[in-house]
Amino acid sequence: MERVAIIFKRELASYFATPLAYVFIVIFLMLSGFFTFDFGSFYERNQADLQPFFTYHPWLYLFLVPAIAMRLWAEERKSGTIELLMTLPITLVDAVVGKFLAAWAFIGIALSLTFPIWITVNYLGTPDNGVIVATYVGSWLMAGGFMAVGSCMSAATKNQVIAFIMTVTVCFLFIAAGFPMVLDSVPSFVPQRVVDTIASLSFLTHYSAISKGVLDLRDILYFIVFIGCWLLATVVVIELKKADQ
Amino acid sequence: MIDVKNLTKKFGEFTAVNDLSFAVEAGEILGFLGPNGAGKSTTMKMITGFLLPTSGTVSVCGHDIETQGIAAKKMIGYLPEGAPSYGDMTVLQFLKFIADVRGLQGNSRDQAIDTVVEQIELDKVVYQQIDTLSKGFKRRVGLAQAIIHDPKVLILDEPTDGLDPNQKYQVRQLIKNLSKEKIVVVSTHILEEVSAVCSRAIIIADGKLVRDGKPTDLEAESRYHRAVILSVDDNKAAAEVIKQQEFVDGIEIDEDSNIVIFPKDQKEIFTQVNSLVQQQEWAVKLLSVEKGRLDDVFRKVTGGI
Repeated sequence: MERVAIIFKRELASYFATPLAYVFIVIFLMLSGFFTFDFGSFYERNQADLQPFFTYHPWLYLFLVPAIAMRLWAEERKSGTIELLMTLPITLVDAVVGKFLAAWAFIGIALSLTFPIWITVNYLGTPDNGVIVATYVGSWLMAGGFMAVGSCMSAATKNQVIAFIMTVTVCFLFIAAGFPMVLDSVPSFVPQRVVDTIASLSFLTHYSAISKGVLDLRDILYFIVFIGCWLLATVVVIELKKADQ
Repeated sequence: MIDVKNLTKKFGEFTAVNDLSFAVEAGEILGFLGPNGAGKSTTMKMITGFLLPTSGTVSVCGHDIETQGIAAKKMIGYLPEGAPSYGDMTVLQFLKFIADVRGLQGNSRDQAIDTVVEQIELDKVVYQQIDTLSKGFKRRVGLAQAIIHDPKVLILDEPTDGLDPNQKYQVRQLIKNLSKEKIVVVSTHILEEVSAVCSRAIIIADGKLVRDGKPTDLEAESRYHRAVILSVDDNKAAAEVIKQQEFVDGIEIDEDSNIVIFPKDQKEIFTQVNSLVQQQEWAVKLLSVEKGRLDDVFRKVTGGI
């Protein structure tokens, strides 16, 4: 645990050592504002909630989270520091978890910096703050899911661009699986149970459940298990591919 | 001690390291020689636990690297090839990170960092970002992180590669001055380095061990071992006379047109040559004995020309 903390600290500091963190946070805040006020018609709706803000998060994450995740392991491999890291007295799991948590925490920081919109909506009306907190938690959990996929893709290559594209593609599949369009296009002879299973694998299904203000244990568990599985896959991929130069 | 037994590493069909066995005792400075692609780095990566062997075992101070990896890794300081480090950190941040991971805390951590900064003369760059450092300094930062926890076993993959002659000298002095209780394994393809630093040398070629011995023993294998180099006012005439001597196996004229005299059965012939010179009353410009040439042995045993 202590070793995870050391890796976590180093990683998180490294985001802020370069312009990366600042550029990312500014873009994230600008885009989330743009989506909320222009696409989401925040004012025109005349409702004191943050639904227009949260609705676009999956799409925001689809491109922004892979941009953070792509460097997680690809960069270590490219610069050769993976050899340094793996010969220090830490386990591979320590390293994978520490690096993931740092990246996830970084997204958490960016997400928490959207607080002015929360203040705004509280100033304008009386929103249900419980729902807003729950949705923030759900949004952050979903970001963790994206990040865990990205961690695995980044471990599979030393080319960051490939890692980015692969992550976007896989994450898109996990979003799209919950679309009514996609689910309706499943042929009718496929049993309903299969359709439900596909839908239940989607981020959207669980995210929209949480954004109704219900923090159901099953939805939280979904994201945690999802993250766990992809991190485990990361460990396996690194173990298999670490000899490749 | 390091105990390597029947170590083999295959990458698909390609065998990088083939049934390699050797042991290194405390106090030894082992030079690890071989042409590029001979398996030096792969072997070092297996000793340090970065790669798992296809078969065979490595034990470091009694800890098996596969089953007791963490315990073994604690004993080792490792400078990987190319001295990778986190470029976005300053030297001090980086050393602190390594010290933290190595389990150094509080005062002993600060002390370890101070010692290593002084030892490797990093004081001018401690607050500088590693990315902005010159190649030589990056290499030294790599060395610093390898010795920060005063490890029993030090594994250095080409520590002087890319350094200027002064820096090379410094690094060699540093290695020599390490405690006598340590094991140091240095891979290199600079052969003077072996004679200068190592107490023992191993040569590998195509993943196999081809020589293991003291640098002086290896030098003795050279055809230049005990050869006498002579230069007089008229080398051509002298060569004709020397050829006739019974202690001479053959002669050669080298690129500086000196005469290289090879002794029969690698015997000591300096005195004979010396008395011949006096007898013939040659005006001597150069007269010396060769210990042997490692590069010559290296080429012979690794199959180069």
